[in-house]
Amino acid sequence: MQRRGATLRVLGLGAVLALALTACGGEKSTSGGGQAGTQQGGTLVFAASADPVSMDPAFISDGESIRVTNQIYEGLVKTKAGSTEIEPSLAKSWTSSPDAKVWNFELQQGVKFHDGTPFNAQAVCDNFNRWYNFKGLLQSDSVSYYWVSFFGGFSDKKTPSLYQSCEAKDDDSVTITLTQPSASFLAALSQSAFSISSPTALKKYDADKISGTADEPKFEGSYGLEHPTGTGALKFESFTANDKVVLARNDDYWGAKSILDKVIIRTIPDLPARRQALEAGEIQGYDNADPGDVEALKANYQVIQRPAFNVAYVGFNQKKKPLDNIKIRQAVAYALNRDALIKAKYPEGSVVAKEFMPPEVQGYNDSVTTYSYDPDKAKQLIAESGVKNPTIEFWYPTSVSRPYMPDPAANFQAFKSDLEKVGFKIVPKSAPWRPNYNNATQSGQAAMFLLGWTGDFGDADNFIGVFFQKFSPQFGFENKEIFSLLDNAERETDPAKRVDLYKQANEAIMKFLPGVPYAHTGPFLVFTKNVKGYIPSPVTTELFSTVSLQG
Amino acid sequence: MLKFTVRRLIQLIPILIGLSILVFIWIRALPGGGPAEALLGERATPEAVARIRDLYGLDRPLWQQYLSYVESVARLDFGQSIVSRRNVTTEIGERFPATIELSIAAMIFAAGVGIPLGFLAAKRYQGALDQLSVAGSLLGVAIPVFFLGLVLKYVFAVRLHWLPTVGRSDATSTAPHPTGFYVLDALITNDRVALVDSVRHLILPAIALGTIPLAIITRITRAAVLDVVNEDYVRTAQAKGLGPRVIDRRHVLRNAMLPVTTIIGLQTGLLLSGAILTETVFAWGGMGQWMYQAITFRDYAVLQAGILFLAIVFVLVNLVVDLSYAMLDPRIRVR
Repeated sequence: MQRRGATLRVLGLGAVLALALTACGGEKSTSGGGQAGTQQGGTLVFAASADPVSMDPAFISDGESIRVTNQIYEGLVKTKAGSTEIEPSLAKSWTSSPDAKVWNFELQQGVKFHDGTPFNAQAVCDNFNRWYNFKGLLQSDSVSYYWVSFFGGFSDKKTPSLYQSCEAKDDDSVTITLTQPSASFLAALSQSAFSISSPTALKKYDADKISGTADEPKFEGSYGLEHPTGTGALKFESFTANDKVVLARNDDYWGAKSILDKVIIRTIPDLPARRQALEAGEIQGYDNADPGDVEALKANYQVIQRPAFNVAYVGFNQKKKPLDNIKIRQAVAYALNRDALIKAKYPEGSVVAKEFMPPEVQGYNDSVTTYSYDPDKAKQLIAESGVKNPTIEFWYPTSVSRPYMPDPAANFQAFKSDLEKVGFKIVPKSAPWRPNYNNATQSGQAAMFLLGWTGDFGDADNFIGVFFQKFSPQFGFENKEIFSLLDNAERETDPAKRVDLYKQANEAIMKFLPGVPYAHTGPFLVFTKNVKGYIPSPVTTELFSTVSLQG
Repeated sequence: MLKFTVRRLIQLIPILIGLSILVFIWIRALPGGGPAEALLGERATPEAVARIRDLYGLDRPLWQQYLSYVESVARLDFGQSIVSRRNVTTEIGERFPATIELSIAAMIFAAGVGIPLGFLAAKRYQGALDQLSVAGSLLGVAIPVFFLGLVLKYVFAVRLHWLPTVGRSDATSTAPHPTGFYVLDALITNDRVALVDSVRHLILPAIALGTIPLAIITRITRAAVLDVVNEDYVRTAQAKGLGPRVIDRRHVLRNAMLPVTTIIGLQTGLLLSGAILTETVFAWGGMGQWMYQAITFRDYAVLQAGILFLAIVFVLVNLVVDLSYAMLDPRIRVR
């Protein structure tokens, strides 16, 4: 009996103690912040929306993992800060054979991996051969996505591969041979997936060891989460699941060393929670800020916008009637008031799209056929089409916000009312983004739908090549002219001719109208005012090594 | 009592087998495709999906998939998350302590405030405090947890800078975590800084999560005490000339504690199965946040292991509640 009373008192005490701690915890300063007035050193805490899946660049395709591997690793080439232009990285220079099949790279000398292993031509070939020889589950699109999407197959030759061989001529020069001409090879190499890992560390920490049954794959090695080893200006220090990745300055870096001592990338999945963490002083920056927050944040923080590298579009599946009718597709294009939508629902800095790729990418055609808002013309086209009371199933995703489509339901409502005004009957269809909606659009179940794309690297092939180079159930059409224009463009090695082919392709696409592109948006990053030197990149290859904390 | 416990534990086995089959079928019957589509998003072309289904064995007959699942579970191997590529067992080992720690803190807050408050409200029946507690507990149940979380963070972190808003420790903290219970770890390693740090991180999420149990406990305590004070034995005790404090402690509170214990037990069971909203708002890496993500991504291994695990926890917590009856009330004998 006495005990029970004591328990009650303890419980009461607990509550009091908790309140007391609340009151006295205030004086502890928040993390980060370099010393007053100095530029060198300090710790930056940046919020990410998820843990990295792995820090083995060959096995990842999600943005949060790539953000980390960009800091730790380097590839042969990279994109120039703030643009999609290719510049040297671990390769000082390169030449290619006239048919763009044989590529010679001269490498930087005196570079060491974070584990002390020297970087040389053999290390480059070890990496390429590692990727080419992936077996079993490692060949899955969800594991080696970038290899599969750019190089195609593997050494088992089940599907053809663009990669043929790698030869280390001496320590500082390496030759990579392709099976076919590829003009987008260099641009593709700038992707984080093709960064060079320390061959010693790969082996020592069993990077490729995978076991388990077919439906329960298991990555057994510890390379990706515990020992990622590259040559970058920041090196891996620690990873705590559901909490943070800690990166530290690589004092032996061959190029310009990191200004910061440490960068902590903290996992905060909830977007409003990221904003509050910034306002409470727990972090100094985060990515993909809610466009609705931007105005309010500008007063006390720096808001940086990335150049647009995406496209939002209304897609048509031509297997579904009446979308096989060009007049109907044109009528939809003229009926959509895209300007009004972008003005009302999109963040500042967004632009109305004219074609299926952003203006930053070479091959963009300024003078494609356009379809500016004209409801009367839409009505007339419907009349000409011969389709009486056209009815269209219009799909939009729920539980998702994409950079190119912050609020899909709002886009849907606006477009639906535009279409109804000119006489279309719209049947609304919605599904949760993962996985139902993606499944419905990709498998060709959806007739008309809202979708978009964010580029992986700065090449037209990565936009219109992905969409329209061959038949896809999503769009459901065969168009020999477009397919062959894109095939030729992909193989063309003369840059000027290549740009011209892509321009022609863009015009052909906009005439044929497989969909209506409507927006390019630039995502927002927010930082505290003392953070300097963060250079936004359209392909999100920003480096923390150039960042400093002031004041 | 031992016999009772053992029997209850044995009853768990058929429950778990049945549940494992149900979960296995249920998650595969979810409409809209599987992990391949969920993982690839915009990039889920039909070829890519087919390759993944083929590689991962997802196109084998369901019974074959179930058999190989049972086979690995028998080896205590629960597989790897298709999203995080980490072992499910490791991840439960990391996340469950986070959820337990938060649940306990929330319960300490809820019971620590709720029981005294309910008791006092009953003692001052229809007085100002009573009215206030009734209104307050209505509000406590009605207010959405995520909203409360945001408000608490805004006031105590953004405005006052007293407390942190996210995570379980400061970003710069390097304190080791041998057990995964951050408060306990700090005590074990005798690290005062880490102790203050982890307790400070616990306060706001515990209050947010504890509000609903607090409201419920307050109301139940109040009702139970009101019932008991009118009992004959209380009048007898008063007639015997016992002091009011002794009566309250020995006769009123002890008898009123029975329903309150049940509620605390059940609520703890609920809290342990993961507080999705609180864990999300406070970036608290526990079970709730994890399971929610697993459903979105059709992460079969995580769902299978996670649901089974939480079912076991729920049953065990209920068992503990049943056993505690016997301790509180000698009239109840478990058989």
